[in-house]
Amino acid sequence: MLDFLKSPILAMQDFFALAGRAFLNILRRPHYADDVFIQMDIIGVGSLPIVVLIGFFSGAVMALQMSRALSTYGATGQIGTITAITLVRELGPVLTALLVAGRNASGIASELGSMKVTEQIDAMRALGTDPVQKLVTPRLIATAVMLPLLTVIADFVGLFGGYCVACLLLNLLTPTQYWTTSYRAIEYNDLSQGLLKPFCFAIIIALVGCFYGMRTTGGTQGVGRATTQAVVVASIWVFVVNFVITRVYVNL
Amino acid sequence: MAGQSNECILRFDGVSVRFDETPALDGLSFSMRAGETRVILGAAGSGKTVLLKAALGLIRPTEGTVSVFGDDITRRTEREMFGLRSRIGMLFQEGGLFDSLTIEENVAYPLVNQQRARRLSPEQIRERVEESLRFVELERTLDKFPSELSGGMRRRVGIARAAVTEPPLVLFDSPTAGLDPITANTIIALIVKERDVKNMTTALVTHRYQDGTLLANFRYNPESGQLEPLGRNGNAASRTTTFMVMREGRLVFEGTQGQLEASRDPYISKFARQSSE
Ligand SMILES: Nc1ncnc2c1ncn2[C@@H]1O[C@H](COP(=O)(O)OP(=O)(O)OP(=O)(O)O)[C@@H](O)[C@H]1O
Ligand SMILES: [Mg+2]
Repeated sequence: MLDFLKSPILAMQDFFALAGRAFLNILRRPHYADDVFIQMDIIGVGSLPIVVLIGFFSGAVMALQMSRALSTYGATGQIGTITAITLVRELGPVLTALLVAGRNASGIASELGSMKVTEQIDAMRALGTDPVQKLVTPRLIATAVMLPLLTVIADFVGLFGGYCVACLLLNLLTPTQYWTTSYRAIEYNDLSQGLLKPFCFAIIIALVGCFYGMRTTGGTQGVGRATTQAVVVASIWVFVVNFVITRVYVNL
Repeated sequence: MAGQSNECILRFDGVSVRFDETPALDGLSFSMRAGETRVILGAAGSGKTVLLKAALGLIRPTEGTVSVFGDDITRRTEREMFGLRSRIGMLFQEGGLFDSLTIEENVAYPLVNQQRARRLSPEQIRERVEESLRFVELERTLDKFPSELSGGMRRRVGIARAAVTEPPLVLFDSPTAGLDPITANTIIALIVKERDVKNMTTALVTHRYQDGTLLANFRYNPESGQLEPLGRNGNAASRTTTFMVMREGRLVFEGTQGQLEASRDPYISKFARQSSE
């Protein structure tokens, strides 16, 4: 009767086994520093243009929406505060994570998936390297380092987008007002939340991508399936974990 | 060869491998001695690849034990297995060449990563790689990537990589699948050459009975550089070739070529008759 639960539970178990090994390997030799840097370049530098673009427009659109809502209360002076808080707490981390999930969870899953179906993963094990050590751990480290950085950049660019709308487009307040109010709005609590989130999302994205890549079966078709699954599952978990972290912080 | 041939290199004892309901291997038992050649035949999906991977410890048996070089590997951890795997070469059915690395890096990979050969200098590694590629007549492709080679050339690179550490046991998974008859014979000739020059125990999975015939009845003559039929020069039976036929995860035949050809079982004799078609 509980048969339909069996496969997701087994998959969860495999996932946590992979996660455990990936984390343990951070401390173990050999370390593949080259692979970490290559992945940082692909994940971090490669995602930068699109993160900047999306960050700018989400900050700008936030300011546009708020300008209307706030003007009904005659509180347009608060526009910097609101833009800053929403960006740092929610929009920056979540949007960046979703972008990186779409770009890199899929990239990781398809790369590892093709390696799996052409028996390169088996060959690695046969020739004396641990594929988790060589493939998963570098991707985990690279994503965990780069995603928080990308988020910080997205936050700043988003604030700049808000500035462009509030000060240059709508002329609601002076630049000094905008930047001081937004600077004052950010508290320690917001910053820690805004950095903890991308760090957790990074772990999800890297591990989900690797997990689906490593268990690909069924030729090239299987690679396509693994890629899609990785993006969908990583995005869902980003939202779930985002809710959990926010819930914890709201109670603090 | 007499003293060596008693040593049991690979032994399967009631090995079963189950992925889901239907077993991929079902109570398989056999053993291989040093110096022997083993030809494994069987229909697609009969478990030949799973068998080779279980011998390497890449797939863990659900039941039974696998012993390699006299050690039970069934309960070893992945890390403990690395030392053992460096004594076994394998050519993978799908190639298994790393497509982000050049041919040179691919062939050097076991030399760089396997513990047994750790202490080689870069020059020594390059020398070994070149020698190994010269052996399969591909010494001019060092800087190419696997995607730039033809299917037959990739197989040869795979053979070079499997044999570069000169392991005592080499497993070849369908080295001739999907190749034209001429290239296929070249590949088998290379395998015979590797086997006889480096004195390796060889297991070969194939769909083509001719491959088995070549391995069983020919030897490499280092003077002429050609294959010659066994039995000349008083060399008869210096090597034994055993044939195995797999069916749905079970071993349905194990014996010499003569016994295989004499078999009346319709499934088994299909594999032996291929050559006369
Ligand atoms: N990783 C795996 N997961 C699930 N099932 C598998 C896996 N590997 C093999 N199988 C199943 O095990 C059986 C034996 O497969 P195997 O690859 O050994 O066949 P084979 O004899 O090598 O066939 P071929 O000649 O086509 O290469 C098949 O039914 C296959 O579906
Ligand atoms: Mg196979």
